[in-house]
Order: sequence, then structure tokens, then C-alpha cells
Amino acid sequence: MTENRPGYYGRFGGRYVPETLMAALDELDAAYRRYATDPEFTAELDDLFHHYSGRPTPLYFAERFSRELGKGRIYLKREDLNHTGAHKINNALGQILLAKRMGKKRIIAETGAGQHGVAAATVAAKFGLSCTVYMGEVDIARQSLNVFRMRLLGAEVVPVRSGSRTLKDATNEAMRDWVATVDDSYYLIGSVVGPHPYPMMVRNFQAVIGRETRAQLMQAADKLPDYVVACVGGGSNSMGIFHEFVAEPAVQLVGVEAAGEGLETEHHAATLSKGEPGVLHGALSYLLSDSDGQVLEAYSISAGLDYPGVGPEHSFLKDSGRVNYQAVTDGEALAAFDYLTKTEGIIPALESSHAVAMGMKLAPTLTEGQIMVINLSGRGDKDIHTVAQSMGVVL
Amino acid sequence: MNQVAARYESLRRDRRKALIPYLMGGDPGLRETADLLTVLSEAGADLIEVGVPFSDPVADGPIIQAAGQRALNNGCTVAKLLATLKEVLPGLGTPVILMAYYNTLYHRGIERFMAEARESGVAGLIIPDLPPEEAGDLRHYASEYEIGLNFLVAPTSPAERIRQAAEASTGFLYAVSLKGVTGVRNQLPAGIPDFIARIKTQTSKPVGVGFGISTLEQARSIGQLADGVIVGSAIVQAIAEDSSFQKVTAAVRNLKEGLAG
Ligand SMILES: Cc1ncc(COP(=O)(O)O)c(C=O)c1O
Repeated sequence: MTENRPGYYGRFGGRYVPETLMAALDELDAAYRRYATDPEFTAELDDLFHHYSGRPTPLYFAERFSRELGKGRIYLKREDLNHTGAHKINNALGQILLAKRMGKKRIIAETGAGQHGVAAATVAAKFGLSCTVYMGEVDIARQSLNVFRMRLLGAEVVPVRSGSRTLKDATNEAMRDWVATVDDSYYLIGSVVGPHPYPMMVRNFQAVIGRETRAQLMQAADKLPDYVVACVGGGSNSMGIFHEFVAEPAVQLVGVEAAGEGLETEHHAATLSKGEPGVLHGALSYLLSDSDGQVLEAYSISAGLDYPGVGPEHSFLKDSGRVNYQAVTDGEALAAFDYLTKTEGIIPALESSHAVAMGMKLAPTLTEGQIMVINLSGRGDKDIHTVAQSMGVVL
Repeated sequence: MNQVAARYESLRRDRRKALIPYLMGGDPGLRETADLLTVLSEAGADLIEVGVPFSDPVADGPIIQAAGQRALNNGCTVAKLLATLKEVLPGLGTPVILMAYYNTLYHRGIERFMAEARESGVAGLIIPDLPPEEAGDLRHYASEYEIGLNFLVAPTSPAERIRQAAEASTGFLYAVSLKGVTGVRNQLPAGIPDFIARIKTQTSKPVGVGFGISTLEQARSIGQLADGVIVGSAIVQAIAEDSSFQKVTAAVRNLKEGLAG
């Protein structure tokens, strides 16, 4: 709906890729357009959402958390209860069905936190396709549990040693692989980034989050939310929950980036707050870059938010003012992680903890009867080592 | 007419094919880049492609990636590279084409980049991540500043896209020989003759072939089909292996011999 011409969100988006991939993107776009409205395809996806991933995920009223923080009612959209532990599976299931119908034999994916890598490896195992996951060496070190999970699932995990050795470089390497294997490989991108049609397609597969949220809240409270809060790495869980509400002006949408050690330092991943428009990984969007246009290393304690780019639709929604983008620090996210764990018995992913932290800041401003939904994009099991380390605990 | 198109035209009149070696700007340092331009020119280069180092070179394989990283580590910037070119190009006699990723131009501002490139004596541009449909502004300013644009076509490009790229190219059409990134390959794809023939049915503009080419035999066989041969990784490697530049001189002479027939 915010697309003015296919693949563009205002001036953002597009297809800035090597020519070799242009025909493949056209093929993908045609396949997606054909199957997106195909009843058999959507029925198969709905069935997988339900029986394989456990959808609909609950919209949980966090009563104690709400009560201690203010007058409003705070709900958590429990994407952490999905199979594999995060929202990433929604998109992976959608794309693998497409890959199968396109006759592809092999899946390529990039991953940061490893959540998307695990989701891609999972669906590849289920559908019997081979799977290669590119992952930066730095991320491999801090997400060893997910690396092992991917390998158990039969995926090949390829360490990426170039550049900052994180998600950005893993994405470069995945694109290089795809350029060479484009005939029979399918590039399963993990967020609303990359060249058209990926940002649109991934958003649409994730939009189930927002659709369910609206229906569940109508049932529980008979009203729309006053606030919807979600963390923004590449931007897929946030686009997934925002999309349903973009055309509802009464709903305030808040995207939360990682401020790392602080926006005033060089160590953050706050692309929308601190970046400038630029081109990375096939799209024009906000980007963290230096005075020469060299892409900077992002930093966040959370591997899934540690990315110097962001999806082009978010750039549009920032410039249009429809979404309010904020950033919270590592310290605030860790405090929120701890607080939610202790008040509700729910251990959130560090990525999601950024949204929780923002929710905690907004909560005291809520009035009686106001409702805030926080998208809990994933569970924190994968982050236990990182959190222990931040507390000086050796496991 | 821009210098790239002019050079191809004069080669065509002489029934010769263009040898286009590639070097990474600022690798290992800008002093060496200045010297190498003369070395390549004297060894027989007809045009020279100069890479602008970028943090995220998705179209490049390991050899050129490493060269770009060395250049960045040694402090190469766009401004410094353009300043070096400005010193050398007026006396060089061989047109220079910059190969830059799109963000380098976009971030600097398209018009400013073109004006500065022109000021430095740059003849043309190759942008490996910019398909013609995203190149509106760029085409406008390239024409204003007489910078030759060289769009890419790939073995996966349908006829329609080849036509579009040819139409937008004001220098030559860059045919990517294979599906993949830059790098040295022992064997080029068997489909190259068909691919070039397919291109030739769509355009009469000069066609240069690059990616994977490194040997005299490869240069010879491509030279029989196309108007130019671009050699990247093999040249970059030869530069890295011998700081007296004898190796790269020998490599250029050798390729030149292949192109001579
Ligand atoms: C649990 C979780 N939330 C959020 C993200 C960030 O991605 P996105 O912004 O695309 O939702 C990740 C990425 O790995 C993740 O694992």
C-alpha cells in the first residue's frame, strides 16, 4: 500500500544488483505474484502455519508487567512461541513453498543471530532441499548454539571472514553464491531487505503477525491498539506487525533500533536514527556509512539487530512520519530482558528485549484503558550465553 | 564522442581488439597506482579499468575483494584516487574507465561524482550493481560530462534486457562471460560464442567480454568473437605477486599477443 510503483517505497527500494540476477528476480517476482493469490498455495501455507509452527501465536495480556509499569494494558504478541523460537519461520515457510513450486533444488541463506539460518535449515530439512547458510565468524562465535542447531538440521554453515565478519558480510557472500548458482538455487532472504520483490514478499509473509493481532485484540478488548512496538534489525517482525495498522491513523507505531553503547558513540546499529540514504544489498534505503559511502560496521549486543542497513519500506515510513523510530541501548535491553523474565516468567530474545525496553519507557504515559502491543519476536534461549557474559557469569 | 567510444572506433578502423586490464585503485598504495597506469599503458593496454575500492563488493571474487581491502586499509579514498588520476591521466594516452559500486556515486552525489571524474580525465564508468532501469540520473549527468557508460549484460539476460543495456551504453557493452563473480577460471563456459552472437544480433555497439579471463588462449578465442577483452583478477594477482611489476608487464604482453591473432 505504501508502494508507489512496484518495488519502490517513495524513493526507496529498487533493484541494485549485478545483471546476472535481474532475470532471476523477474522469475521470482512472477512466481510470487502467481502464487500469492493461489488458493492451494495459501491453504498449504496456512496449514503449515497452524500445524507445523503453532499459529496463531497467543496475544498474551502481561498483567503484572502492565500493572507495575502504569495504567495501561500491555499485550505481548508471542512470536517466541513459534516453532524454532522466532518469527523468522513465517517467512521461511512462505519462501520454501515458493522455491519448491519454482523447481529449485537448493536453498541459500544468510544469518546474523542464527534465527533465520535455523528457520531456513528447518524448512529445507522438512522439504528435502539442500541448504547452505552464510554466517559471519563473529556471529558464529556468539551464537554457537544456533550454529550447532543448523548443522543438526543438515545445513552447511559457511563461516564468512570478510569485512566485519557479521550479517552484512554474510549477505554479500550469499549474493555471490546466488550469482553463480542462480539456475537451481533459491536465495531465501531473512528480512524485508534486498532487491524487489524481497521486501514486499517477506513483509507479506510476516503480515500474519499483524492480522492475528488485530483479530485477537478485537476479541479481547474490542478495540485497536493505541501503540504497537517492535524491534527493527532488517525490519521483518516490525513490518509484519505494522503492515496491518499502517492505514489506521489512531494506532501509534513505534520501531525500536539498537543504540548499542549509545547513539552518541560509534557503536550502535541505529540505521534509521543515524544513517543516510544509500545502497546496500540491492536496495536504496537508510544506511550507516562513512563520508566516502563505505558501509560501516554496526554494533549491538544483539546479533539479530547488528546490521548497518534496514528494509526500504521502513525508510519510507520514517520519512513520511507514519512510524516513530527510537533506539535503546544494550544496557536498557538487558534491563528489560531481566524485568520481563522476572515479572512474567518469559525470557525474551535480546532483539525483542529492545522492544520491551521501549514499551517500558512508554508504559507510564498510558492512560486507563489504553492498550499497547509489544511484538515479542523471539525467545531468549539462544542469548543465555551472551547475557551470562554481560553479568560476568561463566557458564 | 566520449573517449571510450572514440578508442573503440579507432581500434575498429585498425581491425584490432581492445585489451582492457583492470587494477584496483590504491592497491597497494596510490603511488603504485600512478606507476601502474604507465606500466599497463606501455605494455599495450588499449583502455584501463580502475576499481574504486568499496566495503561491500558483491560482484567480486576473493582476489579483487582482497585488493580493495588492502587499498582501504592503506587509506585510499575517492578524493585521493581522483587526485592521483588527475596527475597521471593527462599524459597517459590510454583512456581510463572507473569501476565503482553504485553507493560510491550515490553517496557523493551523482552530479558531483561525474564532474570530479571528468575533471580528473576519467573516460568512462562501469557500475556492476546498477542495471539500466535504475540509471536515470546517471545517464543524464554522464552525457552532460561526456563520461562513457558501459552497462553489463549476463548470460541470463534475455534479448529485451540486452537491447536495453546496449541502448543505454555510450562506450561499450560489457558482457559478463559467466554466471558468477570476478576471478580466474581455468575453463570459460562453452556457451560464450552463442552468448556473444546473441548480443550481436541486438546491437552494433562494441562488446567487451570480462570475468574469468586470464590466459593468452582465452584472450585469443574471445578476441575472435568480441571487440574487447577485460582481464581483472589475473592482473591484480600479478601486481600483488611482484612489486617490480615485471610479472604484470609480462601478463599484459602475453594477453596482447593472444589478441593479435
Ligand atoms: C528474535 C529476533 N527478532 C528480531 C530480529 C531482527 O530481524 P527483523 O528486524 O527482520 O525482524 C531477529 C534477527 O535475527 C531475531 O532473531
